[in-house]
Amino acid sequence: MDYVSHPLHPLFYFQKTFYLVIRERNCSLIIVSLFIVFMPTSDRLTLLQNFGRSIKSAAYIYRPSHTEHVAEIFSLAAEREFKIGLRGSGRSYGDASLNAGGIILDLRRMNRIIEWGPESGVIKVEPGVTIQQIWQYTLEDGWWLPVVPGTMFPTIGGCLAMNIHGKNNYVAGPIGEHVLEFEALLPTDELITCSPQRNADLFYAMIGGAGVLGVFTSITMQMKKIYSGNVWVDAWSAPTLRAMMDDFEPIKGESDYLVGWVDGTHSRGRGQIHRATYLHGDEDHEPTQTLSVEFQTLPDTFLGVMPKSLLWRFMRPFMNDLGTTLVNTAKYYHARLFEHRKRYVQSLVAFNFLLDYVPNWEKSYGSGGLIQYQSFIPREQAHDAFVEMLRLCQKRGLPTYLGVLKRHRPDQFLLTHAVDGYSLAMDFPAKQGNRIDLQKLADDMNEIVLSAGGRFYFAKDSTLNANVVKRYLGEDTMDRFRKLKARCDPDGLLETELYRRLLS
Amino acid sequence: MTLTSSTLSPIHGAIVVGASSGIGEAMARRLAREGYSVALVARRVDRLNAICDEINAQLGTKRAFAYPHDVTHFDEVPTLFQTVLRDLERIKIVVYSSGVMPTMALNEYNFEKDRLMIDVNVLGAIAWLNQAAILFDRLGSGHIVGISSVSGVRGRVVNPGYGMTKAALTTYLESLRNRLTRKGVHVLTVKPGFVDTDMFRATGRAASMAISSDQAAGDIWKAIRARKQILYTPARWAWIMLVIRYIPSFIFRRLSI
Repeated sequence: MDYVSHPLHPLFYFQKTFYLVIRERNCSLIIVSLFIVFMPTSDRLTLLQNFGRSIKSAAYIYRPSHTEHVAEIFSLAAEREFKIGLRGSGRSYGDASLNAGGIILDLRRMNRIIEWGPESGVIKVEPGVTIQQIWQYTLEDGWWLPVVPGTMFPTIGGCLAMNIHGKNNYVAGPIGEHVLEFEALLPTDELITCSPQRNADLFYAMIGGAGVLGVFTSITMQMKKIYSGNVWVDAWSAPTLRAMMDDFEPIKGESDYLVGWVDGTHSRGRGQIHRATYLHGDEDHEPTQTLSVEFQTLPDTFLGVMPKSLLWRFMRPFMNDLGTTLVNTAKYYHARLFEHRKRYVQSLVAFNFLLDYVPNWEKSYGSGGLIQYQSFIPREQAHDAFVEMLRLCQKRGLPTYLGVLKRHRPDQFLLTHAVDGYSLAMDFPAKQGNRIDLQKLADDMNEIVLSAGGRFYFAKDSTLNANVVKRYLGEDTMDRFRKLKARCDPDGLLETELYRRLLS
Repeated sequence: MTLTSSTLSPIHGAIVVGASSGIGEAMARRLAREGYSVALVARRVDRLNAICDEINAQLGTKRAFAYPHDVTHFDEVPTLFQTVLRDLERIKIVVYSSGVMPTMALNEYNFEKDRLMIDVNVLGAIAWLNQAAILFDRLGSGHIVGISSVSGVRGRVVNPGYGMTKAALTTYLESLRNRLTRKGVHVLTVKPGFVDTDMFRATGRAASMAISSDQAAGDIWKAIRARKQILYTPARWAWIMLVIRYIPSFIFRRLSI
């Protein structure tokens, strides 16, 4: 194997010998003092939640700022038989970065930008660097992230672990396709370097590997050259999901981003399409202005008066079945009457990070939080399956409050969620009284997705079970993943609630 | 009752300290039946394992887990609490039921017996419930249940040490309640009267005077669900204690209760 082991900090080896002393139980005094020093103390016990705020989980939190610290925590956890879950900004909708009762490594302090090439557009960063940090760093040199999620707050380590996609997945693939190389620390204490050429099996497994094979310690990525901080946006409404998909197909070759909003309270899934294209050459007369961080910054007031930090509180009264139906209907007719066939320019940030437009919008779902159910279905089967799912939701009295349609293409990552087809992301409020029904609904929708040859996405999930995952990934893929897990993490140190639920 | 674990409605854990007999044992059985994963903590290993095996066999699934521990080994508590949290992942209820009441003659003054009661009934409770308080404080939810006693309401001629430890526990629980209610945590003080446990039998009273520990556990479970603050079990002891609490000292010191 082509593993390259780098020397670690000498103190680390010193400490390792102490752990050996403990293991052999030779020197009881040292054992006692080390336990006191290195036991996860109760002041580390922290309440963590998923982004949807529907799951509560208490864990002992550690915030390493260097690779050496990560290695130290590996030793500590192994000694006390604790499991370690990795976490960045905690923006996964489900339990992907939770580890109740165990240790959570919050990697946000490993947030340095290590190298930047303004000519080549190659950036090397630590895993705790956020999408926001990266675009703010590179924009003025004329580079943008080739793939971004709907929010700028996730860390790049988290984005890689989930292999996130954007509204351009059908053309740009997932973020992993733009990674040139990464280094990772395995629980075996090996520091390895992976790229599509080197340790390729691990490259394609750790990206999208849900953070249970190792810890990314540096990530080298190719950015995308842009000539303006604006994009052309076309908006038009679609009376049905069928019409929306029919509109998507012919234009996807000439669109850089495509996304559809779907009214989940409507039986045929009406909605609105947004399509964006980059500005090229000299289409932007003032690129230095549009490529500045100030220009891209989202306004912090709504309609010029209301502070946006308060906005979610005003959404709160509408977050019920009736309110959502009214808001969706109003939104659809607004799109139909005032934004139909409209073309305008919008900043990259405003277009891409729609979820950041209302800060803390997830809180508007109330104390029970929300879940998202996103499924990926091949093109031919997608329409019928999605309509069947929408109707099932409506029939059960659990309409989705927000539906988002995106176009995808397959990729070669081991645990990939992508297909040559469509995904529909559906947000549901999780209330005290509807959780069992919601789980039942998700179970039934799983069958629709599976029989249509569909797949799922770990960053969004909180309702799948191990059996469903085995069915869509296939026994072969699961075997390959398990073998890599055994190779990288023979003692099973890295675990999250999602891993225990779906992959173990 | 069928139970499925899911992320949206996970199986919660409960810790019962002093689960090898009496009210603790009954609580462990009850909580397991209600769908909790229960950590049974007690000193008597054989008894503990037997109870766990019985619960798991009855439910047909592994719901009860044994953690042998002597509550007077206070230093071990934080580590053991962590281990239980690690194993059960989520803990929603912590019940402290360990308690001793050595027989004490009316003219006996025995420091060793008093100290044992303080260790088990008070310090053990503080060691465990402090850990529970930290966890639930962070979580912003949870139930702390302390098994105190009607004996803590007045200082009586019988067993001064026992009444003192239960008064201490009651006051400690009241403080926890006042600290934690604002954080969303529920603290229940249970004051059993005559419950048919080993401790009760040792007093030599007739079993007909007492309710079974299963009945007591049922009352406690209902009180947890109703987020009741103080529970007398059996309920009539609330009235008895109302009277006893207000007996003036010049009468009370002449009585033999």
